[in-house]
Amino acid sequence: MRALTWHGTHDVRVDTVDDPEIINSRDAIIEVTSTAICGSDLHLYDGVIPGVLPGDVLGHEFMGRVVETGSDSTLKKGQRVVVPFTISCGGCFHCQIQQFSACENSNPAEKQDMSAKLYGHSMAALFGYSHMTGGYSGGQAEYVRVPYSDVGPIVVPDHLDDDKVLFLSDILPTGWMAAENAEIQPDDTVAIWGCGPVGLFAIQSAIVMGASKVIAIDHYPNRLALAKQLGAEVIDFRKTNVREALMEMSGGIGVDAVIDAVGMESHGFAVDNIVDVVKQKVGMGADRASALKQAILAVRPGGRVSIPGVYGGMTDKFPLGALMEKGLHIRSGQTHVQRYTKDLLEKIEDGTLDTTFLISHRLPLEDAARGYECFRTEQDSWTKVVLKPGMDTPATN
Amino acid sequence: MTNDKQLGLAGTVAGLGLAIGGLAFGAFLSQRRKGGDDDAPFYTRKSPDSDNAVLGRTVTIRKPRAELYAFWRDFGNLPRFMENVETIRKEGDHRVWVIKAPAGQTVEIKTEVCEDVEGKSIAWRSVEGSDIETRGSVEFADAPGDRGTRVSLVMSYNPPAGNLGRTIAKLFQREPEVQARHDLKRFKGLMETGEIATSAHRKENTRAAKQQEKET
Repeated sequence: MRALTWHGTHDVRVDTVDDPEIINSRDAIIEVTSTAICGSDLHLYDGVIPGVLPGDVLGHEFMGRVVETGSDSTLKKGQRVVVPFTISCGGCFHCQIQQFSACENSNPAEKQDMSAKLYGHSMAALFGYSHMTGGYSGGQAEYVRVPYSDVGPIVVPDHLDDDKVLFLSDILPTGWMAAENAEIQPDDTVAIWGCGPVGLFAIQSAIVMGASKVIAIDHYPNRLALAKQLGAEVIDFRKTNVREALMEMSGGIGVDAVIDAVGMESHGFAVDNIVDVVKQKVGMGADRASALKQAILAVRPGGRVSIPGVYGGMTDKFPLGALMEKGLHIRSGQTHVQRYTKDLLEKIEDGTLDTTFLISHRLPLEDAARGYECFRTEQDSWTKVVLKPGMDTPATN
Repeated sequence: MTNDKQLGLAGTVAGLGLAIGGLAFGAFLSQRRKGGDDDAPFYTRKSPDSDNAVLGRTVTIRKPRAELYAFWRDFGNLPRFMENVETIRKEGDHRVWVIKAPAGQTVEIKTEVCEDVEGKSIAWRSVEGSDIETRGSVEFADAPGDRGTRVSLVMSYNPPAGNLGRTIAKLFQREPEVQARHDLKRFKGLMETGEIATSAHRKENTRAAKQQEKET
């Protein structure tokens, strides 16, 4: 089959690799009909996530048709399913309390040591996201082996197009959980850093949850325009003093909740951020956290900090004093996708949520490498790339 | 090639880790209850009480105590999650563990069960006629609420004597501990999910298949 494989920093290629096969009885094989490039795939592309090996198949946002099932799979051949990016067994303590992204069994025993050392606990497995999270082949491919297929994949009705439901795999639940983690109350003012896909879905979610005002912060004009379309007020951090503006826009109180939808490769021009860039380049595991630092200073005392943005290592000069003295609540984590898919599918079906506005480009899988490059370098106009293995090449946009 | 070779060696040691013999047998069981001044398990102490290499690890498994005990008590089941144990066969009152060694060789350890409390604990030790000496125990205790069962594996061993022992000790260092930890995690996974997790893409790429390949 054809699949997008990683070969090094800024070097991904569509190669021919072996087809996957059923190994365990709960497995299913999915023929991919749509798969997206995620902002977090850019961290792999930029080489800042450890444990990626040449030849690894990337991609963790995908859906398709079931073509093969193991004897204990509950799926049926021909069903259309969206697959959560988190691989969860359904049987361990964390799965039972719906903390699916902390599954204790999906990451093979021999691959758990790296994250256990780094974080104190091993991580659940994710599709196509380094050997630290299991080394499972990802979804930017024609076929994928999906373990625990009786737990993760959600069957979607035929009348909903791929474009409408694909994002149930990651970014829609991630945006939703980000808003949920911000514990939004009806009169709240919420500030969201980053108007990428997760930030935009967090804006949508916060509004559905009843926030009275959502303020979005970014510097790409097109992304800010999308945020505005969704009902947010916007701040361009290159032109405006963000903290001062947020104080004014929240009546001098400070925003009630903040969401960092940027993560470890945050743009920023503060001296410590530039130092962090250097450390990241030389592999010192430094996270650039300028958005998060700003968010912590901007939130009101007693406010809530939600961090859906991806971090993997350490950061310097963290405003710990502000965190303690203001009595902030922090919630974060990889998304417990399986907890949200059913409810969010209903919200898509009844029209409460629309995700198709996000897609700026549809490419054949063969063009995936170009998709990565443009998604990285032309962030303003390339808001979301969906790859279609079945689409004819060459394609134009 | 180099990688495969290293894996092979590590695998052997790992197998040995589950089977290598402890010398101070008498000290073993009393030691694990004695502990230090605090309430932590003795094997988490910064300075060990004896020269024995001791490893210990606990996992919580969401299954009833009786079920886990019964699975373990049937020693023939253990190779399903102990990666480097090829088979465990019955010989009279004893069990013979066949453990993978480099170059397609195997090491045999004859063990007897020296403690067996129904539903609670099993302890075993090697007897004369084994290539190596070992001692181990597994305890099953109810976890709070519906969290299942806490399973603790404790093993003590000294590197075997002679040239083989010295080579192994040098090569493997802490490997047995790593292997025991992974095996215990695989036990948990097998009990909770009915399978051993693998990120392999095809059957011939699973760890089990690769080990088979090396042996033939």
